[in-house]
Amino acid sequence: MTWSPKRRDVLAGLAGTAALPLLASPAIAKAQPKVVIVGGGFGGAATARFVKTYLPGASVTLIEPQACYTACPFSNLVIAGLRSLEAQQFGYEGLKAIGINVIGDRADDVDPAARTVTLGSGDTVSYDKLILSPGIDIRWGALEGYDESAASVMPHAWKAGPQTSLLRQQLEAMSDGGTVIMSVPTAPYRCPPGPYERASLIAHYLKTQKPASRLIILDAKDEFSKGPLFLEAWAEHYPDHLEWIGASDFGRVISVDPGAMALSTDFDTYEADVANVIPPQKAGEIAARVGVADQTGWCPIDPVDFSSTLQPNIYVIGDATIAAPMPKSAFSANLQAKLCALQIARELNGETPAPTILANTCYSYVTPDGAVSITGVYSNEGGQLSSIEGSGGLSPANPAPGVRAAEAAEAEAWFQQITQQTFG
Amino acid sequence: MATIRIAAPDTASAGEVIELKVLIQHPMETGYRSGPDGKRIERDIIETFEVTYDGETVFEADLQPGIAANPIFTFYTRATTSGPIVFKWTGQDGESWSETHDLTVE
Repeated sequence: MTWSPKRRDVLAGLAGTAALPLLASPAIAKAQPKVVIVGGGFGGAATARFVKTYLPGASVTLIEPQACYTACPFSNLVIAGLRSLEAQQFGYEGLKAIGINVIGDRADDVDPAARTVTLGSGDTVSYDKLILSPGIDIRWGALEGYDESAASVMPHAWKAGPQTSLLRQQLEAMSDGGTVIMSVPTAPYRCPPGPYERASLIAHYLKTQKPASRLIILDAKDEFSKGPLFLEAWAEHYPDHLEWIGASDFGRVISVDPGAMALSTDFDTYEADVANVIPPQKAGEIAARVGVADQTGWCPIDPVDFSSTLQPNIYVIGDATIAAPMPKSAFSANLQAKLCALQIARELNGETPAPTILANTCYSYVTPDGAVSITGVYSNEGGQLSSIEGSGGLSPANPAPGVRAAEAAEAEAWFQQITQQTFG
Repeated sequence: MATIRIAAPDTASAGEVIELKVLIQHPMETGYRSGPDGKRIERDIIETFEVTYDGETVFEADLQPGIAANPIFTFYTRATTSGPIVFKWTGQDGESWSETHDLTVE
């Protein structure tokens, strides 16, 4: 395995904006270009900041209905009772302070011809460039029985916030000896290793607080991100508290019944005391309305600048995009934001957007003080995203003492850095 | 012995259309893939699947290398009389696996 050295080099190279060459001259072709961003997560907030950095003269507007953002990375620690939800929340004061106009409203629709965004209030905002960072929405009903009301009984907790708290409360209220069941869909979905990190931390909670209880993962897949590392950790730490059932062993959930707290696979029905249903997903709702999502429910983009291939002057970044092999992660969304901001700045300066190198690192906790990671490095040359062979890496199996703890410390440093850089 | 799973009703009323769902665990190796040693992995597929109900064939399929591992079939038939439903798979080299489900028609 190509562990630390290579990966550290990559991360060092990407720290801050070092990987993105600053523009030689911020001379602006158009006097005051209007750049509007929809969505205030790791993608949208970072786009606003970096457009303002690269084009100080631009008018930058961020449209986000929530007064503060609740981050998904690290929210599995909240579910396991190891972190407060408040530690996941970030406001927009930092962005306002650098001159970004933050509108606390919903973007309801976009008119690509008139280049305007209609807000929930009915007001419109016009743009020269529009960046959509809408994240994901749940495909209600795609899993039989799983609609919006089912989510209040069988939380998905796949958007951080009230759902995170609900799942936490259910785990706390469950009596010892209970069965927790998690259902995991096929790709693509937000945060490929997320379900398995969550399972690790829930298993830790059960083992230490409710030792007669157990967690069953019903998976629609046979293989998953960092699979061997998770399986190794589970065998070591949670042999009596966590069971993973893959698709070949009939783990694929095909319907749920919230009234009976039942989850059915093709051949079996499981009853749960707590059910965490991670359902099939799609790009955040506005994407379909604006016409930047295709029949898959996700948004095709040109990976050189993340411009939509379906609508002019509109860019899409983050979980909503079709950017495989880049995963749907905060790290990816954040880097795509910087790239998109840079290429928009280049274009508005009369330059041509040029190919770059992209990367992603995902950390996953396997215990409260131990983590594993996977890193990918990607090229967008020729308008195609591809993994660069021989780059990236994975944490080692059978690690030396201290390796998992060192990665947990790296994970925490990463979260500090990315949230600080994005929200200020 | 391959694992076989069947989902079918034990009882049905005469004339009722019933769903039969059946899966067999099998690698369905195409013969086109290479293993870690670079050598081609030998083809190993199920070639036919046949279902009889009270001695009469009610479903038949030819399987090809393009069909994924652990093939699953879901189909419908009309319950007419009490009797055995026999599911039978035959591999490329003639080996076969079968399982019987008894249906009672009331």
